[in-house]
Amino acid sequence: MSARFEATGGARRDHLLLAGFALVVLTMPLWMRPFGAAYPDLLQRFAIYGIFAIGFNILFGLTGYLSFGHAAFLGVGSYAAVWAFKLVTVNVLPAIAFAIVVSGLFALAIGYMSLRRSGIYFSILTLAFAQMCYNLAYSVLTPITNGETSLQMARTDPRILDTWLFGPSPLIPSTHLFGMEMKGYPGFYFCAVLLIVAFYVAMRISRSPLGTMLRAIKSNQNRLNYTGVNSRPYALAAFVISGVYAGLAGALLACTDPLAGAERMQWTASGEVVLMAILGGVGTLLGPFVGAVIIKYLENIFSAFNEQTLHSVFGFLPDGVENVVVAVAGLFVGEGWHLTLGMMFMLLVIFLPGGVMEGARRLGGLWRTGVAAPRAGVRRLAPSDSPSVGGGE
Amino acid sequence: MTMALLQVQAVNKSFRGLRALSDVNLDVEEGSVHAIIGPNGAGKSTLLNCFVGRLAPDTGSVLFDGKSLVGLSPHQINQAGVARVFQTPEVFLDLTLEENVIIPALARQDGPFRLNAWRRLGSRAAVREKAQHVLEDLGLAASRHRTAGTLSRGDKRRLELAMCLVQEPKLLLLDEPTAGMSRADTERTIELLQRLGERRITKVIIEHDMQVVFSLASRISVLAQGTVIAEGDPAAIKGDPRVQEAYLGGAVH
Repeated sequence: MSARFEATGGARRDHLLLAGFALVVLTMPLWMRPFGAAYPDLLQRFAIYGIFAIGFNILFGLTGYLSFGHAAFLGVGSYAAVWAFKLVTVNVLPAIAFAIVVSGLFALAIGYMSLRRSGIYFSILTLAFAQMCYNLAYSVLTPITNGETSLQMARTDPRILDTWLFGPSPLIPSTHLFGMEMKGYPGFYFCAVLLIVAFYVAMRISRSPLGTMLRAIKSNQNRLNYTGVNSRPYALAAFVISGVYAGLAGALLACTDPLAGAERMQWTASGEVVLMAILGGVGTLLGPFVGAVIIKYLENIFSAFNEQTLHSVFGFLPDGVENVVVAVAGLFVGEGWHLTLGMMFMLLVIFLPGGVMEGARRLGGLWRTGVAAPRAGVRRLAPSDSPSVGGGE
Repeated sequence: MTMALLQVQAVNKSFRGLRALSDVNLDVEEGSVHAIIGPNGAGKSTLLNCFVGRLAPDTGSVLFDGKSLVGLSPHQINQAGVARVFQTPEVFLDLTLEENVIIPALARQDGPFRLNAWRRLGSRAAVREKAQHVLEDLGLAASRHRTAGTLSRGDKRRLELAMCLVQEPKLLLLDEPTAGMSRADTERTIELLQRLGERRITKVIIEHDMQVVFSLASRISVLAQGTVIAEGDPAAIKGDPRVQEAYLGGAVH
């Protein structure tokens, strides 16, 4: 706790955390290999949804406002990026900048209206706005979104800047960063660098006066208002920042695969980011990324397991037992990976409401008391833990 | 004649035809400790809510430092220099004591909204120093890294007072500051408030407990059925037959 305030010591600890995070993210292609997840498409997804979840946590984790419509900003970011590819250039930087601006404006409008209410009403309002965006994308807005066929690049797109610089292209060009194509590992490393930047920004926000005000909103908004703080613009700032994160994630989805479909905005996608935050640990810096990795891993790896894989895993068992075990386990993999996710989520919420990060903290605590067992009793009697504090004046 | 810090003029407030306040007039002089007492349902809380922007009076005016408070929202009234303590202590339960006091100090320095998303809170030395000073003053410094939710009720009240004092308000509103407290906590709170009296912050105290009122107030207004039935210094109020009637006999004529 005190780390938030120690100006120099706290900053040093944060830089260590950032360095550790960067190392873990950039070496994912190595240490993900034993888990069978070291292929660039999935790694890109880890990084992109990590950004989405970290941004979502700035709103939900700090202010406690539970948005059920954040996928709308993800979708808006994707559409904006693809339009930038179509109209201006297939370089990803302008597309990302454009997506950030557009999703930020969207978040400003939706947040301004939704934040008039709090609690469940706020959640319902955001859900309604997101579903509205989703349905509009399929109906009235098809000239912009291309409806069910999804928005894609075409050979006939103007791409003004590219045509002006390099002449018309005979093929559909692929997205790139100054010549580096956004496919495979280069795409992953690009997303990873942005993830690290996003993590750093979230960390700065969390340690800043803004972060403290946002936590105060979660803790006691009424008190905050009577303390001379206008809480609405603070909450709106958090909403817009998290909307911009979602827009950035949407843009990166489009950068690595230039296609934007409305299903990205559906309420299930909004629910997924809530799950990521809760699974990893709401209000923690690392938790949302951990949650994003777990969910995307289950979605991609578990869902790919089939009966054959299971038979080879449980092959050591006697035949009769093996068949039973495979039949039961088969419910949890392949199409049934949602069952695994649901069970995991239930167990976690019941036994570890603080998510994976709380589990890690508890394990750390166990280890520490194990090491420092003789001192534990002394610490419990320390004056700072006594129930009353005002007596000694 | 100097102008009163808080002037309440002909304030009326009804709820669905029920008259909660009728023609209330009240002057709170600068530097005084003004108690508002009265039996249950006399309109004390309604009156206080008119001071802090929770309610707007139907008619009449509330002037603070010569400016009207009617129609302002709670944060604007606080920024004008009015801090309040709630009946049940309202603090930021999930935050540390230090953060609890830093937030009002920040609000005083940065105003109702300022986007400060990059600099570390720890680098705001002036605000931290102020908070530290107030925590020390109220005997809370040793536990400044604890979360406020772990405090006893008496200590939460103490913290709430620290949150108000760090703002150096011109007027401090205390809504039943000892409600629901043990005898010992009540006495400690009275002692604390008496000590704060030395700072000459103008205070308005809404209170049930006569012991609290007579040990703190320099002036007392008695409210019954929505009107001020008596006003004076503590000795005069003690001997006023109308006050005894309002408290003991119920209805006034």
